[in-house]
Amino acid sequence: MKNLIKSAVALLSLLVAFTSCNNSDQSGNKSGALAGNVAEKVYVAPGEHDEFYAFISGGFSGQLSVYGLPSGRLFKVIPVFSQDAEKAYGYNEETKPMLNTSHGFVPWDDSHHPDISQTNGVIDGRWVFINGNNTPRIAKIDLSTFETTEIIEVPNSAGNHSSSFVTENTEYVVAGTRFSVPIPQKDMPIKDYKGNFKGALSFISVDPEHGHMDIKFQLIMPGFDYDLSHPGRGKSHGWFFFSTYNTEEASTLMEVNASQNDKDFIAAVNWKKIEDYVNNGGGKMMPTKYAHNVYDESTHSATSTMKTEVLTVNPLDVPGAVYLMPTPKSPHGCDVDPSGEYIVGSGKLSANLTVHSFTKMLAAIENQSFAGDAYGIPIIDFEASLAGVVEQPGLGPLHTEFDGKGNAYTTFFISSEVVKWKLGTWEVIDRQPCFYSVGHLMIPGGNSQKPFGKYVVAMNKITKDRYLPTGPEVTQSAQLYDISGDKMELLLDFPTVGEPHYAAGCPADLIKPRSKKLFKLEENNHPYATKSEADTKVVRDGKTVHIYMTTIRSHFSPDNIEGIQVGDKVYFHITNLEQDYDVPHGVSIIGANTSELLIMPGQTETFLWEPKEVGVWPFYCTDFCSALHQEMQGYVRVSPTNSSTPLRWSLGEDIE
Amino acid sequence: MKTTIKILSTLLIVFLLSCGGKEKKKKESFSYDKKTTTEATTTTKAEKVPASKTIDLSNKGIGPITSLALNAEINKEMAAKGEDVFKKMCTACHRADKKFIGPAPKDILKRRTPEWVMNMILNPDEMTQKDPLARALLIEFNGSPMANQNLSEEDARAVLEYFRTL
Repeated sequence: MKNLIKSAVALLSLLVAFTSCNNSDQSGNKSGALAGNVAEKVYVAPGEHDEFYAFISGGFSGQLSVYGLPSGRLFKVIPVFSQDAEKAYGYNEETKPMLNTSHGFVPWDDSHHPDISQTNGVIDGRWVFINGNNTPRIAKIDLSTFETTEIIEVPNSAGNHSSSFVTENTEYVVAGTRFSVPIPQKDMPIKDYKGNFKGALSFISVDPEHGHMDIKFQLIMPGFDYDLSHPGRGKSHGWFFFSTYNTEEASTLMEVNASQNDKDFIAAVNWKKIEDYVNNGGGKMMPTKYAHNVYDESTHSATSTMKTEVLTVNPLDVPGAVYLMPTPKSPHGCDVDPSGEYIVGSGKLSANLTVHSFTKMLAAIENQSFAGDAYGIPIIDFEASLAGVVEQPGLGPLHTEFDGKGNAYTTFFISSEVVKWKLGTWEVIDRQPCFYSVGHLMIPGGNSQKPFGKYVVAMNKITKDRYLPTGPEVTQSAQLYDISGDKMELLLDFPTVGEPHYAAGCPADLIKPRSKKLFKLEENNHPYATKSEADTKVVRDGKTVHIYMTTIRSHFSPDNIEGIQVGDKVYFHITNLEQDYDVPHGVSIIGANTSELLIMPGQTETFLWEPKEVGVWPFYCTDFCSALHQEMQGYVRVSPTNSSTPLRWSLGEDIE
Repeated sequence: MKTTIKILSTLLIVFLLSCGGKEKKKKESFSYDKKTTTEATTTTKAEKVPASKTIDLSNKGIGPITSLALNAEINKEMAAKGEDVFKKMCTACHRADKKFIGPAPKDILKRRTPEWVMNMILNPDEMTQKDPLARALLIEFNGSPMANQNLSEEDARAVLEYFRTL
C-alpha cells in the first residue's frame, strides 16, 4: 500500500517535472540526455532482467560490484580484498585465511582492474580476476557463486597496477608492478634507485579446469613504473603489452621528474617465448615469501599456504622476447584492438593518441630497426612500429575500448569526454562530454576478440553536483552511453561503490544459467558440518567449546545451551539445513567481537564468541527468514569459570 | 503487497486463536479481560475440525503429481531409503509420530491422498498459497512454512513409502 502511494507520488512529481520542463525555457540544457525515448532505453520493467552484467571495481573499497546494464542497478558487492561484515567475509573462521599475506592478515586493499576469463579470445563467463594494488595480490571470483575463491600474493611487486588482464585462453592472468623496488628487498638509500631498482612483471598461470593460479615466472624488467597492460589477441596472441612511465627512474617529485622524457615506452613481451624458455629449465629460482589462499566450495573453507620461492627471468637471457616501443608522454592505457593488430597508447600528457601496428613491430624487429636500447633491451625506432596518430582528439587520453565494428572509444580525463574514432583512418567521429573527469571506460567484451558494441560505461573520477549532496563526500559515479548508432548518446548516470577504476562486462546469458542457487547438503564436507538435527551437539575440549548447530525455518537446534563458562572460546559452527533458493539464515550473539554469519542453504559457517560475563545471553537470526523469523532465537547460559554447571543443550524441551 | 496481507491475516488469526485458547487460564497477575473481543471468533472456530485432523481423501493437491497408485504391499527397500531421506531432510521440523514444528506424518494416508502428500513435499510454496488444506495447515502451525528441501520425485516417493510403515 505504502509503495503504491509512493509510486503514485513519484509518478505525479515526474509529471509535474515534465510539465514544468515544457513550460519553462530550458533551451540552454545541452546534456544530450533529453531525447524523448532515453528513459525507455534504460528501463528494465519490474521482474525483468538486464541484458548485461557489469563487474565494476570497487576501488579503495577493495571489492567488486555487480551491476545490470542498461538499468545501472546494483545487485551485489562481492567482497574480495576487504572484510565485509554483512557477509562475514574475512570475519568468519572459514574466510579469514583469504586475507592472509606475507605481511600477516591484511583486511583491506585497493581493487582496480577486473577482467573476465576467455576461451579462444572470447569471453567465457567463468571467472573474474581483479588486482589488489596496495599489498600486491590477484583474486579470482567464481561466477557460478559470485564469491572470491582464490587470492594469490605477488612477491617482488609494489603497487600492483598493470594487472589483472588475461590472455586469450586464460593461459595467464598478468600482474605488473607500478613501483619498481629493490629485488630482493633490502635496506639501501632511496637515491640509489636508478639502475638498481627493478620492475617485476608476473605471469600467473591459470588451471584451465579449476582456475587455480600459480606464478609461472616473473620477468625482472628495468626500474620503470609499469602502468597498464593488455594481451595480444588473434595475430598477436602470445605477446603482452605494458605501458611504462617514469623511464627517467626518478624517485621524488614525480610530477616533474617523471615527465622529463618526450617518450616513454610500451614494452612488448613475447610470453610464449619465455614460457618455452622456462619450460626448458630456464630462469632462476629466487627465495621469497608470498601467500596463496584457496577457498574450497565443498568444505566452505579457505586455506592459506605460504610459498617460499618464485621463478625469475632476466629479459636479456631470452633474446627476442622483449622490446620497447617509444610512446609519447607517460602512456596510461595500452589497449589492443579486437583483431590484435593495433596497440593504442594513451600518452596522458600528450595531445595525440599513438597507435602501434603489430605487423610493423614484427617487421621492425626483423629488420633490426632499433633506435637504441635500455639496459640491453632493444628500443624499436618510433616511426618503424607506428601505425598512425589520432591528431588532437582531446586532452589527457587515458583508456581505449573497441566496439568490434572498426571503432575505438577513448576517454579524455582533462577535457572530460569520450571520443569515438575510426581505426585505420584515425579520424574522430563523435565526442560526448562526461560528468566529470572520466577515467576508464568499458564496453562489454571490450577486451576480447568479440566486443558487444551496444553500450559503453564511462567511470568518472569527479561527481560534484550530479546527485543530491551527501556532505563533503559524494557518491562515485558512472555513466552509460548508447553506442549502437553513429553518434553516442548519454542515457544514464548511476552511483557506484568506491572509486570505479575499471570494469568488465558480458551478456547476462553467459552467466545466468550457471549461477548456483544453493549448496547441496550432501556435498557439504565442512569438518564441523551438522547435516541433521539428530547430530547437533556441544563438545568441550578444555577451554574450547564447539557448538554444532543447525538452522531451518525458523529455529536453531539446539536453542538452549548451558554449561558455557567465562573465559571459554566458543565456536558456533552453524549449518543451514535449508535446501531451497534464497533462504539464508543469519546469526550472532550479544557481545561477539566479530560480524554476524550469513549462511546460504547447505552451507556451514563458524564464528568465535568469547563470553566475558556470567549471565544468560541471547542469540538470534539476523536475516528475515519466515513469518516466525522473530521467534528464531535462543539462549546460552554462561556460568563462572570452573563452575559445575553441566554442559547441556536442547531444543523444544527444558534442560534437566 | 500480497505478502503483507498474508502476514497480517495470519497474525490476526493467530492472535485470535491464542486469545481463545487462553481465556480460561486466568492468572492472578494478569487482569486484562479478553472475553468480549474474542467470543465471536472462538465459537465459529470451535466448530471447525483443525486442518491437521481433517480427512480429505479426494483432494490431490497442486503440483507435479497428478495420479499415483500405491501397491497393496509396502516396498520395504523403498521405505528404508525413505526413512533415511526423512532423517536427513525432514527431522528439523517433523517427528514421525508426534507434532513438532509441523504435524506428524503418522497415519497421513488415512487423512490425505498420496498425491497430496507428494505435492506437499515437492511443491510446498504453491501448495500453501493455493491449496485450502495446506493453507489452513500453515495457519494452524503458526505460519511456520513447509520448507522446500528440493527432494527429487524419487526421494519424495520413498519418503511416502516410509510414511506407510509408521
